[in-house]
Amino acid sequence: MKKVVAFVLVMVMAAALFVGCSGSGAADSGALKVGFVGPLTGGAAIYGNAAKNGAELAVKEINAKGGIQIEFNPQDDENDAEKSVNAYNNLVDWGMQALVGAVTTTPCVSVSAEAYKDRIFTLTPSASSAKVTEGKDNVYQICFNDPNQGTASAQYISEHFADAKIAVIYNNGDAYSSGIYQTFDAKAKELGLNVVSVSTCTEDTTDFSVQVSAAKDAGADVVFLPIYYTPASLILNYANSVSYAPIFFGVDGMDGILTVEGFDTSLAEGVMLLTPFAADAPDEATQSFVKAYQEAYGETPNQFAADAYDCIYAIYQAFNAAGCKTSDSAEDICDALVAQFNTMRFSGLTGANMTWTDGKVDKAPAAVVIKDGVYVDAG
Amino acid sequence: MAFLSNLINGLSLGSVFAIIALGYTMVYGIAKMLNFAHGDVIMIGAYVSFVTITSMDVPPLLALLIAMCVCTILGVVIERLAYRPLRSSPSLAVLITAIGVSYLLQNAALLIWSSNTKVYPSIVTFEPLHLFGGALTIRGETIVSICTCIVVMIGLTLFTGKTKTGKAMRAVSENRQAAELMGISVNRTIAVTFAIGSALAAVAGVLYCSMYPVLIPTTGSIPGIKAFTAAVLGGIGSIPGTLVGGLLLGIIEIFGRAYISQDLSDAIVFAVLIIILLVKPNGLLGKKVTEKV
Repeated sequence: MKKVVAFVLVMVMAAALFVGCSGSGAADSGALKVGFVGPLTGGAAIYGNAAKNGAELAVKEINAKGGIQIEFNPQDDENDAEKSVNAYNNLVDWGMQALVGAVTTTPCVSVSAEAYKDRIFTLTPSASSAKVTEGKDNVYQICFNDPNQGTASAQYISEHFADAKIAVIYNNGDAYSSGIYQTFDAKAKELGLNVVSVSTCTEDTTDFSVQVSAAKDAGADVVFLPIYYTPASLILNYANSVSYAPIFFGVDGMDGILTVEGFDTSLAEGVMLLTPFAADAPDEATQSFVKAYQEAYGETPNQFAADAYDCIYAIYQAFNAAGCKTSDSAEDICDALVAQFNTMRFSGLTGANMTWTDGKVDKAPAAVVIKDGVYVDAG
Repeated sequence: MAFLSNLINGLSLGSVFAIIALGYTMVYGIAKMLNFAHGDVIMIGAYVSFVTITSMDVPPLLALLIAMCVCTILGVVIERLAYRPLRSSPSLAVLITAIGVSYLLQNAALLIWSSNTKVYPSIVTFEPLHLFGGALTIRGETIVSICTCIVVMIGLTLFTGKTKTGKAMRAVSENRQAAELMGISVNRTIAVTFAIGSALAAVAGVLYCSMYPVLIPTTGSIPGIKAFTAAVLGGIGSIPGTLVGGLLLGIIEIFGRAYISQDLSDAIVFAVLIIILLVKPNGLLGKKVTEKV
């Protein structure tokens, strides 16, 4: 019996390889079951809830259009790898056909391994580690992965501050920070950027006088900070106290600096950071998204909300382009979506003309600059 | 000029280490115990002043006084509840208790103020000094911390040398039994020591967070450990030794980072400690104590 089932499954998969989903005809009733895994409670709940809300908003919009309906099932993982797998298993029992998640990196590494085994198409809004996609053909990221942030930063700086002297301060005790620095460094050499000072810090560093002085004495105009916002706030503070005002340039870890309690936001004035989404970007898509989000949830969406919103639309676009039906099996849908994602272009809130290679997204880096305490599109 | 700037930064960091180290050194000298919860009293002092400054709009100096009062009470209460019952227990039991108190304070802070980073508003309001046409900038915090350190050192030396309580402290430190026989209340003297040490911890907390304005429940642990190192370096139990140890440690740390290696600066600090202890086992200015058999 098992052999027969296995044989049938193999045949179905083989058939799927040739035809993708059967595009023809019959009216498609039912709904596409999209699961979601993210931290809805606990320390990272801000990220998880924003992503859940963003995805839900996209689902509502798509369902209101008529046509293919999406059934959305968010599950809580409390930012815990073990709980995320439990959440994932619940979703599999529910009959999930595609997964948006997990939101945070560590759970996502676990969940994506399961999804790879089970052949369920997975698109994470925000888990940015390279480990998430490595060796898994059906796992995709809509955010830049960590190494790419370094490359993208170097690219952006060379385009916008061509002749600037650049200083870097990074945390060499942290995989995130040093990973970004290494790719930044490689790209900076390739582009011939003038890096005049590189200093390091660790998790416990509170005294940045040496690092900031090194940048200042080298006459750096741009200081690249691939670090989290807490040490960044110390650097901004110290630089201000010694009247040093270069352009500080951060990556996604800098996101959050304005919400630190007691932080004098005027110190962050003019700080630039690479983030895929700025709530006050003037384009119509962003504005209608922000308006709808505020109406529904009473707060301004952050990049996680926008990332998850894009995830749903990207899956929707691929699903339609592949001509899948909601009654198709998760495996068929997975193969069809993989084929689509490797060839299609997708434009959403967090970037235009996105393409994917090996699960990693390729899109133009966008930067925001902090003006009067809010993010403004830096162009 | 970079050298001078590093030297001043080192002195300023060292001054704060010295003030913290006083708490370790006095408690060790008098109660013969290592109070590892000292670093966390610093953190509590910083949080108390943070709360009074930001949510009650109290002027910084008054906030400092409030923080000192709270820490003094906290220090005395910790001593009364956690350490006094163990006065005649083996020193290991006291050490473990101190570590326990340290965790208790950190977790209490976590419950009360959450783990979210808070940025500390500097209590120093005057403008930095610009010397040599702007080539050398000295922060207000630097000047205040060095001055505070000098004042505290002079004050404490006078206190232990001239006042009755101070003399009682020295007597307890020399020989507890003999002091008790001479009519000195050992418990009271040790409580006063904890009170002074904890009040200084509040001062150090406010200065440290003004210089490096990030406040989390573990803010006190690293400066606590470094200051303990400074106390050992200078000779634990000796007040001038604490000053020397603290300043030296601050300068070594900043110079190590600026001229040798940023990655190894902490390693350099501790390597210097090991070398000095090999050459002078009682620290730079520590007294050689002959153990009575």
